[in-house]
Amino acid sequence: MKLPSKLAKWLIALGLLHGAVICAGFFTPYDPGEQDRENTYQPPTHIHLVDSQGHFHIRPFFYRYLNREDFSEPPQEDTTKIIPLRFFAKGARYHLMGFIPLSLHLFCSDPGSGRIYLLGTDAYGRDQFSRILFGGQISLLTGLLGAFVTLLLGASIGTTAGYYGGWRDGLLMRLAELFVALPWLYLLFALRAFLPLAVSPLEAFLLVVVVVGTVGWARPARLIRGIVLSAKERDFVRAARGFGASNTYLLRRHILPETAGVLLTQAAILIPQFVLAEMTLSFLGLGVPEPLASWGNLLANLQQYSVLVSYWWMYLPALAIVPFFVGYLGLASALQEHANPHKIEVGVTGDTV
Amino acid sequence: MRTKRASLLVTLLGLAGLCAAREAASYPHAFTPQQSKSEEELLTLPGELGRPGGRLVVSLRAEPKTLNPLTAVDAPSREVILGAMQADLVHINRATQLTEPALATSWRVSADYLQYTLTLRKGLRFSDGHPMDADDILFTFRVYLDENVHATQRDLLLIGGKPIAVRKVDALTLVFQLPQPYGVGERLFDGLAILPRHLLEKPYTEGKLAETWALSTPANLWAGLGPFRLKEYIPGQRLVLERNPYYWKQDGKGTRLPYLDELDFLFVPSSDAQVLRFQSGDTDVISRLSADNFFLLQRQQRGFTMADAGPGLEYNFVFFNLNDLGEKASSEMARKQKWFREVKFRQAVSLTVDREALVRLVYQGRGAALWGPVTPGNRRWLNTSVPHPARSLDQARRLLKEAGFSWTNASNGDSVLVDSGGKPVEFSILTSSSNADRTKMATLLQDDLKQLGMHVQVAPLEFRSLIERVTQTKEYDACLLGLVSFDADPNSDLNVWLSSGGTHLWNPSQAHPATTWEAEMDHLMEQQLSATTYEQRKKLYDRVQEILAENQPMIFLASPHILAGAKDTVGNFHAAVLEPYVLWNVEQLFQRDGAGSNSK
Repeated sequence: MKLPSKLAKWLIALGLLHGAVICAGFFTPYDPGEQDRENTYQPPTHIHLVDSQGHFHIRPFFYRYLNREDFSEPPQEDTTKIIPLRFFAKGARYHLMGFIPLSLHLFCSDPGSGRIYLLGTDAYGRDQFSRILFGGQISLLTGLLGAFVTLLLGASIGTTAGYYGGWRDGLLMRLAELFVALPWLYLLFALRAFLPLAVSPLEAFLLVVVVVGTVGWARPARLIRGIVLSAKERDFVRAARGFGASNTYLLRRHILPETAGVLLTQAAILIPQFVLAEMTLSFLGLGVPEPLASWGNLLANLQQYSVLVSYWWMYLPALAIVPFFVGYLGLASALQEHANPHKIEVGVTGDTV
Repeated sequence: MRTKRASLLVTLLGLAGLCAAREAASYPHAFTPQQSKSEEELLTLPGELGRPGGRLVVSLRAEPKTLNPLTAVDAPSREVILGAMQADLVHINRATQLTEPALATSWRVSADYLQYTLTLRKGLRFSDGHPMDADDILFTFRVYLDENVHATQRDLLLIGGKPIAVRKVDALTLVFQLPQPYGVGERLFDGLAILPRHLLEKPYTEGKLAETWALSTPANLWAGLGPFRLKEYIPGQRLVLERNPYYWKQDGKGTRLPYLDELDFLFVPSSDAQVLRFQSGDTDVISRLSADNFFLLQRQQRGFTMADAGPGLEYNFVFFNLNDLGEKASSEMARKQKWFREVKFRQAVSLTVDREALVRLVYQGRGAALWGPVTPGNRRWLNTSVPHPARSLDQARRLLKEAGFSWTNASNGDSVLVDSGGKPVEFSILTSSSNADRTKMATLLQDDLKQLGMHVQVAPLEFRSLIERVTQTKEYDACLLGLVSFDADPNSDLNVWLSSGGTHLWNPSQAHPATTWEAEMDHLMEQQLSATTYEQRKKLYDRVQEILAENQPMIFLASPHILAGAKDTVGNFHAAVLEPYVLWNVEQLFQRDGAGSNSK
């Protein structure tokens, strides 16, 4: 099957974005947890090609910021020392994709010569650029796993309700309504109180995935139910049943394939939604704990008024999500178009629910 | 000019007398309101001469729970009651930290330090115009010491478990009999509000004292001796106080204090919101500023005077769970407590803490590194010979090795500290989630301890449940907390150092001291309580500080400076390192332009 070019374009764009996050260790110069206590709240480093004397350099370089005695002063660049950028250089050790030990970085500076902070540093002098890319690993993985759990739940519940109908349908759909009405954020606060005091980062991460994944199944379940309802009355399904096909065969062969388009579109819509949910939870302190980075707890720094008004680069994690969201939503609409080219306006499922 | 002012004062007094006469009719204890001005003995305060009139608006973190000094335990209530509405017999000056005359003009101590004779100021009146005399004081102490009242002050008036006795000599002289010698007896009187017998005796005999003087009390049923009296309370918004015309202080030129006509407390819950209200001009003064917000306001320079009063009396520290958990302890907890009980383990942690970075990162340099509970702000009691070991990872590793710990390499190449049983050293540190400074300290500590191979998790918790875990259920590994002494005197921290104390955080309310050094601390603290000279007490308290440094039950971290600010128009603004940081001289604060704050 050949992919339409529109779909392919979005997939490539998303692939590149995710690649950057997956290979965060290579694209970033430092370990995201490393504290540079001499350089807290440094504004983004400027990369120069022309030095303070007006000479042009082929190799890009940067200046270190002078340390401030008084934090109310904006920092000054130390123009006496040119620090050249090194490309494909050895630096901090990291594990690519979590298991390949490497120390090669796309760019960094010579050790001891001064550190480059493309997007500034936070309260502990940690590199924001590294933290945003590494934070993306957690946020995006939550979104992907959460969407997977949701669709798995939604598809099985929706199919059961739609295909078998009757009391099962009634029960499951009332349950879905209940779930939609639940104030899940408050529930989560309550749930957190029952957990042990210090949850390890992995536990916290899994908790977020489970929570995000289980609260959202009701909507996809209803969509799937609608499709299954209409599909099981189609002539070819009736014909297959007439020839003695079993329920399992019918579901597997004829009905579930019908839902694939909706599931894919739903996935493309749900992933960014769940990334946002993770950010909300981490922002409120219910997500992955410090010192791990996620987009939500990066933004949590902004809860302090002084940070909010003093350090503009602390807003940058909020911008990181924009290309991802554009990518996913573009993919969703391309998928929709692909799955149902004649009914873009109505929407895939508008006529069946 | 002078005669005009004098005549104004006479008119004021005359008016006051009239009011008092009218009110007196409604009270059972009638009195003669005619008291000439010559009988009044006003306290004259030095300082800049102010301009009478105007209004000062201050934000308060929460609504006070009560206006009753007997039941006030929350900080906002205490701030309002003790700071602005009530007065004490002897007062500790928040700027000099020394005692000075207040409602009592003088006090005499007997040679055996058992008897304090206090002489009252003449012509004192409550804010409703009713005269105050020795009977009110007898009544006050009877109430404070009455077990059925459950006054918060009762514990302070028990010395060695026995109460203080009060005897009236004449209308202006009282004798306080102490059960055992107490070095700084006159400091006991600070913060003890004197209650009006004419208003509270009836509820007291009826046993309803604890319920009186709620926030909704009508203004005419409330009376105090402080610079301001109750005017109005608007739930959820503000508490409005007005000038007490009978206040017993005057300025250098004979103008009766306070200068301000009105003092408003706005309820502004978060410190960031308080900064915003101050920036927009809604409030006139601000205290308890974090260093971040201090620099923020300083940078803006919009008619604010920002003040750094230096290190305060807050000390932040980490402590480990050293409670005797008995059978309640899980095997995991028992293993952890074995590390925590090892003094070399605690010393190693202390050696690893980068205190200099804490001060720089958490307090932006506006703070002091600590090696003991006495901050550099308390020069009188600081033991300067307590060693300040420099940060040394090598030494910390050596100590850990001596204590039987070793290191192994984890799968990801990190070095991990393991105990003699081969189990990795992992624990969590509780912090208060509402305190950004302490959470930040814990995160820095986490990174410091990682360098020793300890795996530390930070667990931010809501303050109330944190205190419950530490003092009640005792389900925690380690905790990062701060304490603020209410007075520079060591006695204010008695509860922390005595092993029987409820704030003896690492192992509170012990029946018998668990260790020999805790027993020695108990002994020293009790000795200094009855020692009579400063030199003796200092020597004893110095030893307490040494014991703490040797045994590290608390690993002291850092102390923030007291940072405050006021509008340029506020006169006599001098921040102090003791609470209330800004309002301690509220009677002398004044508005230069007379206008006051623009919010309504």
